[in-house]
Amino acid sequence: MVSRATRTPFGEWWWTVDKLLLGALATLMLAGIVLSLAASPPVAARLHLEPFYFVNRHVWFLLPAIVIMLATSFLTPHQIRRLALVMFTLSVAMVIYTILFGAEIKGARRWMTFAGMTIQPSEFLKPSFVILISWLFAESARRPEMPANSLALGILLFVVTLLVLQPDFGQTMLILLVWGALFFMAGMRLVWIGGLCAVSLVGLTGAYYTMPHVAQRIQRFMDPSSGDSFQITTSVSSFLRGGWFGLGPGEGTVKRILPDSHTDFVFAVAGEEFGVVLCLMLLLLFAFVVIRSLRNAMQNEDPFTRFAAAGLAILFGLQSAINMSVNLHLMPAKGMTLPFISYGGSSMLSLAYAMGMLLALTRERPRAEMLASYVNVAPAGARA
Amino acid sequence: MTVSADAAIKSGLSWRRRLVQRLLYGVNIDRAAKSRARVGLAILAFFIGYAVIAGRLIQLAAAPDNHTVRRAADAVSTARPDIVDRNGEILATDVKAASLFGEPRKIIDVDEAVELLTAVLPDLDATELRERLSSKKGFVWLKREITKKQQQEIHRLGIPGVGFLTENKRIYPNGAEVAHLIGLVNIDNQGIAGIEKWLDGRGLADLHMAGLAVDRMDKPIDLAVDLRVQHAMRDELIAARDKFKAIAAAGLVMDVRTGEIISMVSVPDFDPNNPKEANDPTRINRLTTGVYEMGSTFKALTLAMTLDAGKATLASSFDARTSLRYGKFTIHDYHAQNRMLTVPEIFTYSSNVGTARMALAMGVEQHKAFLRKMGQLERLRTELPESAEPIVPKRWGELNTVTIAFGHGLSVAPLQAVMGIGALMNGGMLIPPTFMKRTEEEAAKLAVRVVKPETSDKMRYLMRLNAEKGTAGQADVKGYYVGGKTGTSEKVVGGRYSKTKLLNSFTAVLPADKPQYLLLIMIDEPKATPETHGYATSGWNAVPVGGKVIARIGPLLGIEPRFDLPPSDRLILAKGR
Repeated sequence: MVSRATRTPFGEWWWTVDKLLLGALATLMLAGIVLSLAASPPVAARLHLEPFYFVNRHVWFLLPAIVIMLATSFLTPHQIRRLALVMFTLSVAMVIYTILFGAEIKGARRWMTFAGMTIQPSEFLKPSFVILISWLFAESARRPEMPANSLALGILLFVVTLLVLQPDFGQTMLILLVWGALFFMAGMRLVWIGGLCAVSLVGLTGAYYTMPHVAQRIQRFMDPSSGDSFQITTSVSSFLRGGWFGLGPGEGTVKRILPDSHTDFVFAVAGEEFGVVLCLMLLLLFAFVVIRSLRNAMQNEDPFTRFAAAGLAILFGLQSAINMSVNLHLMPAKGMTLPFISYGGSSMLSLAYAMGMLLALTRERPRAEMLASYVNVAPAGARA
Repeated sequence: MTVSADAAIKSGLSWRRRLVQRLLYGVNIDRAAKSRARVGLAILAFFIGYAVIAGRLIQLAAAPDNHTVRRAADAVSTARPDIVDRNGEILATDVKAASLFGEPRKIIDVDEAVELLTAVLPDLDATELRERLSSKKGFVWLKREITKKQQQEIHRLGIPGVGFLTENKRIYPNGAEVAHLIGLVNIDNQGIAGIEKWLDGRGLADLHMAGLAVDRMDKPIDLAVDLRVQHAMRDELIAARDKFKAIAAAGLVMDVRTGEIISMVSVPDFDPNNPKEANDPTRINRLTTGVYEMGSTFKALTLAMTLDAGKATLASSFDARTSLRYGKFTIHDYHAQNRMLTVPEIFTYSSNVGTARMALAMGVEQHKAFLRKMGQLERLRTELPESAEPIVPKRWGELNTVTIAFGHGLSVAPLQAVMGIGALMNGGMLIPPTFMKRTEEEAAKLAVRVVKPETSDKMRYLMRLNAEKGTAGQADVKGYYVGGKTGTSEKVVGGRYSKTKLLNSFTAVLPADKPQYLLLIMIDEPKATPETHGYATSGWNAVPVGGKVIARIGPLLGIEPRFDLPPSDRLILAKGR
């Protein structure tokens, strides 16, 4: 159907894109719709909305998300960098806007209304941040005369400051972890990695003592009886109830008393209604996406592509792993969505953008083309 | 990159930048290879992370699921097999009853639910009900075993989050008739006493766990007990307890050929349909749970031992001219004859002195060994979980042998004594008693020879002689050729034997020539009445009760009445000669 003989942009895309990765992402999106059918009607009922309000919106967000993902996957690394710069600037502006003018919801200013839609700009910040940092670390290897590392550190501090001001502890942690991972992969000496770990430990301790809700959550994780750990005990009990094969679609009862069952605790609902076997399959899908992308990144010759693909995969992987761990009481409660499964417009669109870039970066490219791009930007003196 | 390129780059840099580079990445490092390796490490890290999550998922799935559905299934009283007597009469059966439960998580308005439910079930405590419904549990019982009408009314209320489960309720149609024997169950239909508990121990509980025993079990449990005999026995014992103002009365019928317990009654008893009564300590089963000094009944064992060992024959005489002084103790005879007594005379006059001398002729060790062989020194285990350990003297000297010879100083469960006497009657085979049906062939496999058949013949002759001439005369129901032995033991009160507090017993074998059944009647602390001329010994209460019981159960047991039989010396002993 797609000819190899004539070179069309679509043909080129089709023959170079990682189809297994694409398939895994499509399956996740499909699973997201099915689980939304299970998890969101009780929430809608609680908010006095029509039962399928969230399902409909989930599907409506999914359509532009698919378009964004596919469109982004057509871009070249060069275009990706440019787009990321634009996206980063835009989302930073929006984050600043939310801090200054945003409505306070649950003690945080994270959301802004734009054209009738509620947007969480920090979601869009993450993927573009990863691309920029990857670029800087890659540049530092290629053009040591540029202050790339200092710039990367500066951007990190800037973004973290913004997120702490919101405040958004979860996103801050995620940004820090991804930055640390990129820093690690850039080949820094272990001394600095150790230093980074020490700094984050100090930061975490600081947060523990200065932010009471962080301290509370950690205490409750360590000792569930120390406070209200309702969400977690309920979430764990839903896995116990579900057993291997679940109670069956619509048979779940825990979802009715679990707050955020359609966002942060979708995984628990899946466990109750469809059983641990389905949860394991979801887990396998996430692991497949992450590990395949990382392996792809490892084999890539171009530093930027490697860092960017690895960074996006780690972002995606961390988010999924943290969400599942919280659901399973392996980590203190932390608001984090399960990629493509949880309900949330901003998260969905941002993920589509990130995964589109991942698809674009993991496309098979002739070595010559890669070297050519390298030669184009490299200074004359670097030619071998 | 080649070395020249590297050098070219480095040469273009200020010394400060070079220092930073070195500090950051180290010297002479292939950063491309290093970063590739580190991406590999990231893969490993994610692999481990996901594996941990998968492990946790599997752990939760494999955890013993205590979720609501199972909990409810566990809580539901599961089915038990029917228990029937030897003729197929139902002693215990299951009846379906609805129980009300709540699922607090599904309840929308707790206040409304409490209000409506207490209107239908006024005996429900509103505070407790509210507490239960407000909990975060998935399943709570609200009321067990409600009536059909109540169920309909609650159903009509349409309260979300409450429901009914059909449970099996255990019913004992005969009430207290077989109480001690079959025991009872708790609210969850788990056996807590008697045969019911034995059933659970036999794997029924495991079946319940597996959720298999949910519906009526098709195979009933056949007991050896005969409900008719049981009724006659209980009837007479209640009357006797009333008449003699006794603390308690107990009776037992055992088939000496098979060891089957045909009847076992201990009054006061309890109605298993009303479990509260069962906890009353005065209502214990005296035949298995209590241990007693059996008194003169034990003399049968001493005589059998001496006869069996050949240390004496029926013609032998023993010195009973004076009381027996042993250390600072003096053993008296109740019916003192003050002369030499032959063995049959010792038995019919129930001479303590004569029996003691017979035991002394055997010696302490042989006495002990014989009683051990007869199963009198160890706890007797039957199907009934309730059993008591005999109280055996720690240091067993000659004095102990002297007293134990006539039934003092060793406390055994009455069922245990019956087993021992039964072996003396049935030809010398010790058969462990059972509450289940058992054929003679099955019994023969379990039986152990303890005395010679001739000894058994002699013992039956002596028992019969007692009815013809001795203390058991009042129980000699014509036609059944009864043989018997009385026992009157003084109870120990405050460390001394009391003259007024007696434990009376009567052991009878019927018929004495061809033994089929052994009967035991026990009366705890009977009082003298005008009718008994101020006597409270066994011959005046336990024996007549035994006679009444024999007259009633003889026909039920299918013993053919035979009249005009010759006296025992010709009928029983003639065979042996």
